[in-house]
Amino acid sequence: MLKRPEELLRSTPAGLYSPAGDFYIDPIRPVDRALITHGHSDHARSGHRKVMATQQTLDIMALRYGADFAEETQTAELGKSTEVNGVTISFHPAGHVLGSAQIAVEKEGMRIVASGDYKRRADPTCLGFEPVACDVFITEATFALPVFRHPNSRDEIAKLLKSVEQFPERSHLVGAYALGKAQRVIRLLRDAGYDRTIYIHGALAKLCDYYETQGIKLGPLAPATIEKGSVADFAGAIVVGPPSAFLDRWARRFPDPVSCFASGWMRIRQRARQGGVELPIILSDHCDWDELTDTITELHPSQVWATHGREEALVRWCDLNGYAARPLHLVGYEDEGD
Amino acid sequence: MEEFAALLDRLVLTPARNGKLKLLADYFRDTPDPDRGLALAAITGDLNIANVKPAMLRALIAERMDQQLFAYSYDYVGDLAETISLVWSADEPLRSNSVPTLGDVVTALERASRSDAVRMVEKWLDQLDASARYALLKLVTGGLRIGVSARLAKQALAQFGEVDVTEIEELWHGLTPPYQPLFAWLEKTAEKPESLSLAPFRPVMLSTPLEEPDHARINAQEYAAEWKWDGIRVQLTSEKGQRRIYSRTGDDISHAFPDIADFMTFEGTLDGELLVARSNDTEMEIGAFGDLQQRLNRKTVSAKQLESHPAFVRVYDLLFDGAEDIRALPFGERRRRLEAFVKQLEPTRFDLSPLIGFETFEDLARYRKNPPHPIIEGLMLKQYTSAYVPGRPKGPWFKWKRDPFIIDAVLVYAQRGHGKRSSYYSDYTFAVWTGPETDPHLVPVGKAYFGFTDEELKQLDAFVRNNTTERFGPVRSVRAEPKHGLVLEVAFEGLNRSKRHKSGVAMRFPRISRLRWDKPPIEADRLETLEALLRDTQNPE
Repeated sequence: MLKRPEELLRSTPAGLYSPAGDFYIDPIRPVDRALITHGHSDHARSGHRKVMATQQTLDIMALRYGADFAEETQTAELGKSTEVNGVTISFHPAGHVLGSAQIAVEKEGMRIVASGDYKRRADPTCLGFEPVACDVFITEATFALPVFRHPNSRDEIAKLLKSVEQFPERSHLVGAYALGKAQRVIRLLRDAGYDRTIYIHGALAKLCDYYETQGIKLGPLAPATIEKGSVADFAGAIVVGPPSAFLDRWARRFPDPVSCFASGWMRIRQRARQGGVELPIILSDHCDWDELTDTITELHPSQVWATHGREEALVRWCDLNGYAARPLHLVGYEDEGD
Repeated sequence: MEEFAALLDRLVLTPARNGKLKLLADYFRDTPDPDRGLALAAITGDLNIANVKPAMLRALIAERMDQQLFAYSYDYVGDLAETISLVWSADEPLRSNSVPTLGDVVTALERASRSDAVRMVEKWLDQLDASARYALLKLVTGGLRIGVSARLAKQALAQFGEVDVTEIEELWHGLTPPYQPLFAWLEKTAEKPESLSLAPFRPVMLSTPLEEPDHARINAQEYAAEWKWDGIRVQLTSEKGQRRIYSRTGDDISHAFPDIADFMTFEGTLDGELLVARSNDTEMEIGAFGDLQQRLNRKTVSAKQLESHPAFVRVYDLLFDGAEDIRALPFGERRRRLEAFVKQLEPTRFDLSPLIGFETFEDLARYRKNPPHPIIEGLMLKQYTSAYVPGRPKGPWFKWKRDPFIIDAVLVYAQRGHGKRSSYYSDYTFAVWTGPETDPHLVPVGKAYFGFTDEELKQLDAFVRNNTTERFGPVRSVRAEPKHGLVLEVAFEGLNRSKRHKSGVAMRFPRISRLRWDKPPIEADRLETLEALLRDTQNPE
């Protein structure tokens, strides 16, 4: 057995690196060989020579960066093992967004799972998280504070639909990240019985089309442009777009909009207030506090490494509950990306 | 409790008045008695229940979770009630049929001692979800602070029942939570409740601004002229020993002005302006609006304040003379009655707002330009024949305010607006120059978010976006250099001294009156200009 897990994976300025296997996981700088957990742009960057990821993540990267985003790509089959320079690698569903995976790396009886971003609750737009036993579990800590307990997503969508009914003369602008959250919001609206056309910002179009090809039915969508119609067409409509667009001039085309934001951060009222959000929709693609602590309890690893977010609270919980834990200082991942 | 919590969550984040009215009216429609009435009372501040101290809540949570984790959480959230509502986890999850209603909570708390209340709160926290826990904690710590005034809540009732808001204001002080007869009337299942209480509020008569086309109507035969005092409008009513001081929207503010209430020995209803005096070593003089603010928005008033800032009322109308309702009489007749009425009152607490003699409109224009006292903000013109009617009819009463003060200031920060304006930088912080003439710097003196046209808003927004130097969340700082920047002409009604502002001054009703694209920033005003104005208006000759 390897003496120290750091021989298998450790943090470097370019990202999480395997000295034994000479590869990186979700590197933030261009590298020779990169393993990518999922398609969010802070994890999946362009410019690496060789990229290994699930087929869906590779497809998403091609949509975002063009088909030639890497010299060489390799598809990782979920649950199948491959070897890279004597290190055994396998990908397992992470439940974060379409195509997302945890990456297990193993050598001489030492296994580390880099979970990337993950969540534990059901999401109709991606495969659910599969727990993988390991010696070291690398966990995200985006919402690692006991204040973050995400409510039932059905109830959150019901809040939105109630407001649409209450304010039929206004349009509801739902800020949601283009990959994952936007499609999840749309799919949840469909599951709640909303069958009217949903208008989408241009930045979402390719990804929504791609989700459709992967069998995730999003129902009738139309671009949120007024070239053809008038402002009044958007009265009572739901419009989904990236949050940044709603603060921009783009948003002015809609009648007296109700600004909504689908994010785990919306749990904190001050966050909503500062962002000028009128209707917060608490919906996250990351684990909440209970999911994080339950996952650690379930996996029972001998070490926990916590990264990007509020590591100190999770490390404190691990101390109290008898897990060896330390923060893993990785830079370059956006705290806000939910 | 959950519906109430959902309402609070929406109200607190809804900036637009119409949005709030709609949310409230829908809640009143969809929620049964007594919950809707109790929610109303919670919002208007008329709920009288046991208070729980923040320290007791801290002790509760300390029994349940690691203090280090709580500290991390509180530090992140910043609000005690919100933090506890989020971190609370029930000892064991309870079934939904045991969720308490707002009625259950209020009924129990009305009878509870403070220590009982804490144990009840603990039990309810176990039964409620995070949003309802937050509402409960805000309720028991006595501060909803959701940006809804009692006035707005009454407006929502009026909208819900399709009645005029003055009808509700008139009834309000005879009603008690949970207001079932009121809701029954608004839903048209019962007659309008009789106002049974003594000394009720009578909706006030308001004026409209005098504008150019109406100047010709004003002549000394038809109109009386008075000074317009810059205090707060009050209605004093006293009936069979019950004495009340109402604001112009019908809020009972008697508790804040015992120095007036103690001397309300009359029977009747007076309309007037509440002002404060300022005592110096030798004599009393009328204070500025800033002095009056020392006495406003206080639950209780200290003996020291009563002495340093005594209140008095400058009366200008009589609505009830004894038990006789004289509102239908013409103003001229009411005025004669008022002059006789005032003679029986304590002269240090009540005096008469004098009529101003004039012959021509030009006389009035001159008075308006040169008022004899800084607390005067213009003229009031009242038709001798006018009856006292609620609301704001056009013609019988005009207000003719003096011109606003104007300064040129430099735009330094801009903040994104809310609602319709969320994509615009529409709230502007402006500054004036201070320091040595050779090396001046800007000091912010105020903030304004109206006064400009939609077209100007677009120009301002574009200027902000193209001249941003730094961003802090929703705020941008913009280029403001001697030769590059934007000068705003700012109009305002007055100045107060302020300890909270670095500049030492605070403006009243500042608004953007013109965009001075033509003016280089270095030519904007200096702080000395405002300081001089402050001296002139605070120290009457």
